[in-house]
Amino acid sequence: MLRRFAIASEPYLYSAPALILIVVVMLAPLALGLSYAFRDVKLLNPFSGGFVGLDHFRELIDDRTFARALKNTFFWAGASVVLQFGFGLILALLLNRPFAGRSLVQALVFLPWAVPSFLSGLNWAWMFNPVVGPIPHWLAAIGLMDTPANILSDPHNAMWGPIIANVWWGIPFFAITLLAALQAIPRDLYEAASIDGANAVQRFKSITLPFLAPTIAITILLRTVWIANFADLIVVMTNGGPADRTQIVASYIFTQAFRRLDFGYASAIAVVLLLLLMAYALLIVLLRQSLLKRA
Amino acid sequence: MRERLLGTIAHRLAILVYMAFALFPLFWLLKVSVTPPDLLYSEGVPMWPSRATLDNFSFVLQHTDFPKYFRNSVIVSGSTAIIVTLLASLAGYALSRFQFRGKPWIIVLMLLTQMFPLVMLVAPIFKMLSPLGLTNSLTGLVVVYVAFNVPFATFLMQSFFDGIPKDLEEAAMIDGATRFRAFRQIILPLTLPGIAATLGFVFTAAWSELLFALMLISGAASSTFPVGLLSFVSKFAVDFGQMMAAGVLALIPACLFFLLIQRYLVQGLTAGAVKG
Repeated sequence: MLRRFAIASEPYLYSAPALILIVVVMLAPLALGLSYAFRDVKLLNPFSGGFVGLDHFRELIDDRTFARALKNTFFWAGASVVLQFGFGLILALLLNRPFAGRSLVQALVFLPWAVPSFLSGLNWAWMFNPVVGPIPHWLAAIGLMDTPANILSDPHNAMWGPIIANVWWGIPFFAITLLAALQAIPRDLYEAASIDGANAVQRFKSITLPFLAPTIAITILLRTVWIANFADLIVVMTNGGPADRTQIVASYIFTQAFRRLDFGYASAIAVVLLLLLMAYALLIVLLRQSLLKRA
Repeated sequence: MRERLLGTIAHRLAILVYMAFALFPLFWLLKVSVTPPDLLYSEGVPMWPSRATLDNFSFVLQHTDFPKYFRNSVIVSGSTAIIVTLLASLAGYALSRFQFRGKPWIIVLMLLTQMFPLVMLVAPIFKMLSPLGLTNSLTGLVVVYVAFNVPFATFLMQSFFDGIPKDLEEAAMIDGATRFRAFRQIILPLTLPGIAATLGFVFTAAWSELLFALMLISGAASSTFPVGLLSFVSKFAVDFGQMMAAGVLALIPACLFFLLIQRYLVQGLTAGAVKG
């Protein structure tokens, strides 16, 4: 009897430490954060903590910075994902062809992935800096800028700074995932198609793309969420500035919590973000089901 | 024939362009870090300074707090990696070998933690750790990082366990060993490469973490490398050579671990690596 109980409880014993930690350090703060959204929680004010109902959300509706951050989040995630995916796919196709020194090349082009994100951000901030970086001088030389200036302090184009850093850092992720999918395509399919007289473009369209489609769809959907919430590069490079032009929702939450120490308002923004993400997830599920039905 | 040659040339050229794009920023980091301060402002932005020096590195190592930040980061990332790998081996083994009630829920829970934005936990975690004395402490950071990295590491370890035949521990159990003993003495040694990969992934993720470190740590004594570098940047924004020398130092462990895990990148990324 005791022995049977011991055997039945075994999987729970193995997974318990990990689960307890996740519940205590992730789920409990999540619940606490949800409650903060309806309370007045300011770190430096000992009298705060009272219940304020929907006050934070009313404030949010009129918050111009939040509206801008929401718009910026779409632009940031959209531009980053499109560029990372496009260049990542090209890189994967290039690496899928055997050539001398391929494994060395592969290690070198994937290296940016290993660079810590804060360092990628700083590194690119320095590249854009006219004092030590080459980029402003190049842009001035080809006539895109009148004088070498820092793109990160230009309100109209500042967002491109973190986006370029993000593309540099994120291409390897897409390239690695797509390369793995490419190498899973059976070789003989290509041979058969060549014998039938299909050229490279036709082979790509009728074999490669259909095989890659599921990987592409899942990777892009998950990656978009991840990038939309990825604030490190923005915090490091621009801190949301100039004049909140590069603020995304995730960096706005961090700014509210870290600089203004207004935990209540930060949590209210987080709740809105969570709702948006859930809507996005629901959209994906529905899309998947309608695709499956049609297939 | 001629078309084929042109295709090959275009292919190699495209690869070169990618390599230049990937490596140029890192080359630039290295270049500025060896440029003497007086040349930095007088020479403009040449590809290589007329005189190279290691002074920036020796200054950073001798007269700043960076060696301490480096040590703190090694302690935090190393302990996180070891604890996570331990917990994830156990949980990953359970997911790989057992069918039990609640298993789908555990999987859903772990997947959800990979989806929602961790930045929303910054404020509540600060509030929870502060009365426990775990803010401004390396232990607090380790607790937080372990929890954040356990889900993906569990999936990663599970994928490694799935690759090992079940007959092995079943045979050992018929011979009278308990399952835990079979797990420790037969299965774990076979997953050593997987364990190394998990250690590498988690170490890299913890080494790069910035936002929670900024929020939870305020004193120089327990700053991790990213926090130290960022505060250095905002305080001494003109010492570019020193900043970049510090940047090069931050790159070293990350690159070492990259070499270690390079073979397992695909497996790690499909398991949902935190940072990639």
